[in-house]
Amino acid sequence: MQKVSREILVDKAISLLNQGVVKAVFGWRKGEFDYDVTPAVFTTEKDIKENFVFNGFCGANFSKYLVAKTVNFDGKILVFLKSCDTYSFNQLLTEHRFDREKVYAVGIPCDGMADISKVKEIAGDGVSKIDFEGDMMKVTTLYQDEPVEIKLGDVLLERCYNCKSKKHVAYDELIGEDGEVLDSNRFDEVAKLEAMTPDERFAFWQGELSKCLRCNACRDVCPACTCEKCVFDNPNSGVENKAAANSFEEKMFHIIRAFHVAGRCTDCGECSRVCPQNIPLHLLNRKFIKDINQFYGEYQAGEQVGSRAPLVNYTTEDVEPCDVFKGGEENA
Amino acid sequence: MQVEEYKPLIVAFCCNWCSYAGADLAGNNRLNYPADVKIIRVPCSCRVNPMFILRAFQRGADGVILCGCHPGDCHYTSGNYYTRRRMALLFSMLDYLGIERERTRVEWVSAAEGAKFAATMNDFAQKVASLGKNKRLEDLRCKK
Ligand code: SF4
Ligand code: SF4
Ligand code: FES
Repeated sequence: MQKVSREILVDKAISLLNQGVVKAVFGWRKGEFDYDVTPAVFTTEKDIKENFVFNGFCGANFSKYLVAKTVNFDGKILVFLKSCDTYSFNQLLTEHRFDREKVYAVGIPCDGMADISKVKEIAGDGVSKIDFEGDMMKVTTLYQDEPVEIKLGDVLLERCYNCKSKKHVAYDELIGEDGEVLDSNRFDEVAKLEAMTPDERFAFWQGELSKCLRCNACRDVCPACTCEKCVFDNPNSGVENKAAANSFEEKMFHIIRAFHVAGRCTDCGECSRVCPQNIPLHLLNRKFIKDINQFYGEYQAGEQVGSRAPLVNYTTEDVEPCDVFKGGEENA
Repeated sequence: MQVEEYKPLIVAFCCNWCSYAGADLAGNNRLNYPADVKIIRVPCSCRVNPMFILRAFQRGADGVILCGCHPGDCHYTSGNYYTRRRMALLFSMLDYLGIERERTRVEWVSAAEGAKFAATMNDFAQKVASLGKNKRLEDLRCKK
């Protein structure tokens, strides 16, 4: 169960709005169904009361939206941040992507958010209504007479099973108690892949990446991808906006996407969450994070504002590219 | 029946200040290295971004090698230190995707090391030849 209710957030938003502390509120807006919750900006009490939602489907991280929304905005914007979101928030500040003065950040506790595709796997298609009761959700579908009961803990987003921190690293105000940085198992899957033979790895990635539609949702949602002009929109890049023409383009897109955020990716998990094809993009990002930790020392992007990202840093003693495989020869 | 010997196509990015001069020296000294090594001169090894490496494979390279000044000797002081990190991560990622490790390499070659340049290219070409054609990172449309 979420430790914080919709009512608490709505009250907070309305009081800050009415006190004039903020002029707009970032929140999750009700969509057509209970699970399609969209990030939105609210500016009136009425709108907040009617359309603001907070439930187990509020995975969306607002940090990136601040970049565009604060630019020509006069006044402060209220943003609710889960602990994982605060890392993206800090990383964007480190990169000078928005003006901290224009934001009022409220940290909220989180027990994990649900993945609708996992819900549908259990309840089936035609989900028409989802009611939350404590840790349980009752899923009503068009095809079954009785609602299906599902435990939130059974259908969490991948990133929530591997949550790296319940601690908020940035906020102006915190609702509830702060948590701890967690010892997550987030590199286990990467290690499993590393232990495979190159042929197996190639087959695995060929299978995953060939599902990609090139919808670019993973890029668009990523709080580390904030370039105003993206290489993937350049018609000369060979991987501009379109369905990948062959397996090379699929790989090129994914290698470059992950590489561009290497050292800056906070492992917020948004890319995997939004992928309509359920491609495990986190396994690419985490490979870079794991390598960085191993080669250049532990580094968590977004933990501190102003820290120097590993790829814009060096020491004279760094490992040689040809030596990175030493010790792992058995998998060559 | 005569089987045509397979010769790999190799792209070598060489920094202007050291490795390109090293290649020059190899030529002046009449040292042999495979003619299938195509050299692309870059101002500094750190000019090479990961896209370049992938693009070379896309256009049909079987192996890509990047040569720059020895660490500490970069004409721009620290360019090759950044290159070192970037390529370490990129190569590790390519390996993670199942691309053969021997298809990519970074080597530091100074302007005085003509012999090292030739030896490196011979060795690299041989390794790549033993792997055969690049199939895993090829773009069929770029095939003539
Ligand atoms: S690459 Fe994915 S996990 Fe990393 S910051 Fe971007 S959206 Fe988050
Ligand atoms: S979100 Fe998924 S399908 Fe869309 S471009 Fe990214 S990996 Fe491909
Ligand atoms: S100038 Fe040669 S590596 Fe920078």
